[in-house]
Amino acid sequence: MTFKAKTLFKAGIASLLLSTAAFAQEETIKVGVLHSLSGTMAISETTLKDVMLMLIDEQNKKGGINGKMLEAVVVDPASDWPLFAEKARELIEANDVDVVFGCWTSVSRKSVLPVFEELNSILFYPVQYEGEESQRNVFYTGAAPNQQAIPAVDYLMAEEGVERWVLAGTDYVYPRTTNKILEAYLIGKGVAPEDIMINYTPFGHSDWQTIVSDIKTFGSAGKKTAVVSTINGDANVPFYKELGNQGVSAEDIPVVAFSVGEEELAGLDTTPLVGHLAAWNYFMSVDTPENAEFIETWQTFIGSEERVTNDPMEAHYIGFNMWVKAVEAAGTTEADAVIDALPGIEVPNLTGGTSVMLANHHITKPVLVGEIQDDGQFDVVWETEGLVEGDAWSDFLPESAVLTSDWVELKCGNYNTETKTCGGASN
Amino acid sequence: MFFLRACLLALLLPLFAGPASAQTPEFDALVTSLPEGSYSARGAVVGAIALTGDPRAEAILTALLDGTLGVIEATGQVVTLTPAPADALTGAPVPEAEAERIRVNNGLRRDIRAALGILTLSDPDPAKRLAAADAAFRAPDAAQYDLLDAAFQREEDPAVKSRLAEARAVAILDGDFPDAEKREAIDVIADRGDADAQRILTPFAASADPDIAEAATAALGSIEQSRMLWGYAQNIWYGLSLGSVLLLAAIGLAITFGVMGVINMAHGELVMLGAYTTYAVQETIRQNAPGLFDWSLLIAAPLAFLVAGAVGVAIERGIVRHLYGRALETLLATWGVSLILQQSVRSIFGPNNREVGNPSWMSGSFDVGQMTVTWNRLWILIFALAVFAVLLFVMKRTAVGLQMRAVTQNRPMAASMGIRTNWVDALTFGLGAGIAGLAGVALSQIDNVSPNLGQSYIVDSFMVVVFGGAGNIWGTLAGAFSLGIVNKFLEPYAGAVLAKIIVLVAIILFIQKRPRGLFAVKGRAVEG
Repeated sequence: MTFKAKTLFKAGIASLLLSTAAFAQEETIKVGVLHSLSGTMAISETTLKDVMLMLIDEQNKKGGINGKMLEAVVVDPASDWPLFAEKARELIEANDVDVVFGCWTSVSRKSVLPVFEELNSILFYPVQYEGEESQRNVFYTGAAPNQQAIPAVDYLMAEEGVERWVLAGTDYVYPRTTNKILEAYLIGKGVAPEDIMINYTPFGHSDWQTIVSDIKTFGSAGKKTAVVSTINGDANVPFYKELGNQGVSAEDIPVVAFSVGEEELAGLDTTPLVGHLAAWNYFMSVDTPENAEFIETWQTFIGSEERVTNDPMEAHYIGFNMWVKAVEAAGTTEADAVIDALPGIEVPNLTGGTSVMLANHHITKPVLVGEIQDDGQFDVVWETEGLVEGDAWSDFLPESAVLTSDWVELKCGNYNTETKTCGGASN
Repeated sequence: MFFLRACLLALLLPLFAGPASAQTPEFDALVTSLPEGSYSARGAVVGAIALTGDPRAEAILTALLDGTLGVIEATGQVVTLTPAPADALTGAPVPEAEAERIRVNNGLRRDIRAALGILTLSDPDPAKRLAAADAAFRAPDAAQYDLLDAAFQREEDPAVKSRLAEARAVAILDGDFPDAEKREAIDVIADRGDADAQRILTPFAASADPDIAEAATAALGSIEQSRMLWGYAQNIWYGLSLGSVLLLAAIGLAITFGVMGVINMAHGELVMLGAYTTYAVQETIRQNAPGLFDWSLLIAAPLAFLVAGAVGVAIERGIVRHLYGRALETLLATWGVSLILQQSVRSIFGPNNREVGNPSWMSGSFDVGQMTVTWNRLWILIFALAVFAVLLFVMKRTAVGLQMRAVTQNRPMAASMGIRTNWVDALTFGLGAGIAGLAGVALSQIDNVSPNLGQSYIVDSFMVVVFGGAGNIWGTLAGAFSLGIVNKFLEPYAGAVLAKIIVLVAIILFIQKRPRGLFAVKGRAVEG
């Protein structure tokens, strides 16, 4: 298609859409929701879609934003990574949304990045991830490694006296990068390389006998041992079952997980898991008025007292409120204005503090370590003193320690502080 | 005898005496300092509380362990929260209870258990004394030596006594004791010969004292050797266990694909249906007859067979029968069926994992020498072999089995002998599907019950059947176990990901050499 034809075509679609929209109702602000509703990731992402619908609904009850009502546009990328890019394009080009909340896995985020850059739209990404990225059009409301992995390891070192580490993960980009950062961090803390065991398993791994027995052997070297698990969702159940069956209790070898939350535990008999740990920025059990209200609204919206809340849901809550404030401040939903308005926006989080959007498009969060209880909830045993600022580029990897991200002053996601240039590494 | 009893009584007395006796200000100060400081500092406080021998110690520590001990922020008063809020030291009721629960973590919990162990070392119940010795063994503390030694001296039960000897030994190793005693302690620990012994002794191999270092190194050497030998046994067991899972998943496919030649991509989803049947049965039992929970799997097995079998027959009658002889179309159509089944389960039960509990007889493990055998894996192995035996019996010894084999070997001839081939086709497919349902019951015990359950087994199942030789169920058995064992021997060296790849490549090469698998079926059936 030639350029001219393309523009004509686009204009045609746009006018068509405009006319139908005008015909249907007054002008609304459209919010895209890009979460898988089918396929393997549906287990985690369906809930996030529901949370978005709830937040939009609540905002409309308050009269929308700047007098305009919000309208959710939900699409299903079906856990299929290339389809994420297609659906993102569809949301922005065909449905003309002003902002998109979505993605879960890193690979799905990576696949939509070029789309958001090209069409200059906004994505809020609510899940903890491996860092090493900062993109102008993306706002990362989940935890960066320094907001989850590093504090969790600090806790185990200081409070449980752990000296030997098993880094177990599913074989893909998030665990690999996180473990690389953790390994560098631990060695920097004086842990000998032979006291670190790294193990990767395929997606959905279900036969954990050998690995659990390896962990037991590794743990019998006379030093307190812990497992840092970046094992992905589904493989966790058989892993914990095997731990329980082989008699590895949390008091002997605690497992701290970065991907196990209330939602994952909901399908699980938690008796063998009691005492194992998870590190997040939010737990459903946190006792604050904001959280109580959020849980009540959620359970009323979804129509079940059984449904739990979890960390990525809070991330969407924070991200959505930040976006609302930014649009109110900018007085428009136009992407460039909102992107410029977002850094510095402050909204309350659900754990009793306020989160701020930073210049690097990450946010400040508290870090909590919780122990699994027999009712599938977490009991907070430790938390950071104040809020931790999300760091896009890890300080513990030599190649990214020199990089910094600042979209306010420097207008750059990967500014090299040594060479004083933008574009030190790929985003 | 009387004297002994009086002694025991004197020892037990502090435990049962009322709060009137022996109250020390030191104890009060320790309890008040419980809510403060880091977990490790509080662990030390817990130990000190136990060593005071104060009669209130056990109740307070138990409350702390159960999470029913609280503190009133404003005054620092320590209170027990159940049944009604009361001062932990005096027992006086506290009217306004704005108490915050005192947090406990794993490390502290271990310390509390050890401290409670010290308090229950003289319990009349040998099982409790054994647990106490165990707790002391797991959290070595030289300060407990005197108590452990006293308990060891008066203990009469041999099992408890030997455990106490080990607990005393770790306490000796933890503290400043003469070298001769330490060497003796190392011998005691070395006799255990297991992972715990290895864990305790490893630091002493680098001891500054050459005698101790030598004793520890020698002990570690022999432990290492026996563990290595047991390691092989363990690998074989893991292999058998993985093999049994593969066998269960593949055996139904050995019928539909192996015997009938239908490429059934929905096989995994039939397994999933079996798992969801188990879930439904367990839910019903939980709500209506919790007492039957241990029987849930036995009840679920025939139901899962029927459900999956019925769906199988429906697939055969509705789709597959129109496509016999058109492999590609069958493949695509059944793949479509698999997606439909997945999404309908997702719509009915939701996308989340469903909780399927292990009955008590399938939980936990037992030790064979240095090897840990988990009950659920053992039962699954037995179940897989039982299903295989029944299937073999049906195929070889019953009229139905005879008809099935006849139809697949020579359809026109079987038809002219008066066999209703259509009916037999449906029945054979239903049998394969039903067995997949049975596999689902077993897999629900070790894997997630989610709509994706089947996907993770379909490739493995085809691999086993192709490797074993299509059309031969003995081949499936051999294929499943050899793949399982090879995989488990590779895993410790190559890692789980690489092990899978190596096995897959090996199978591809093997199929190049022997296209019909391990046990090729000879004769006319192959040409047909």
